[in-house]
Amino acid sequence: MNSLFKNLLALLALLVAFNVHAAADLEVNTPGVNAIKNSMQTRHGQLSAYYASGAVGLTMDGMIAVRDAGSVPLAARQTVNALVAAENQDRSALYAEIANANGHPEWQAEIRTTFAQRWVQRAQRGWWVLSNDGWSQK
Amino acid sequence: MRKTGMVLAVAALALSACVTINIYFPAAAAEKAADKIIEEVWQIQQSDKPATVKETK
Repeated sequence: MNSLFKNLLALLALLVAFNVHAAADLEVNTPGVNAIKNSMQTRHGQLSAYYASGAVGLTMDGMIAVRDAGSVPLAARQTVNALVAAENQDRSALYAEIANANGHPEWQAEIRTTFAQRWVQRAQRGWWVLSNDGWSQK
Repeated sequence: MRKTGMVLAVAALALSACVTINIYFPAAAAEKAADKIIEEVWQIQQSDKPATVKETK
């Protein structure tokens, strides 16, 4: 009986040791997260004008989408599509990377939801957001 | 007997620690992390924080 308790205790101690570091903060300072962040930061230099013009908007699932391709000159449409696709790829990778970096790949969906709310919250006035009711301007 | 009791107490404590830390998604911590990343990606200046955001204009 005693050895059963000891084994149980050892197992619990191990679990605690592995997870104590996750108590206060989510770890976001990893090479993987930083690389994606830098890539998104650079891309934002190009995307911000399209957010402002309404060509591109935020979606409620933590992604971005082309809202009004007609407002973009024909020559630049391909670029906008590519920017949106690359941004969404980075965003998906970011949510997965944060979940993995914290040892909880299953948190990915919740991290995405959290980000989705914060992106919209922090968006500038005039930017567009796509919800279930369609596009609306912040 | 005393030892068993102590082991049980420690085990209970460890188990409760696991439950708090491990099972639930840390929503507040996630929000904080999201804000930090969003500020950097969108280059938002925080007036109440020291400027750690890189200026690339």
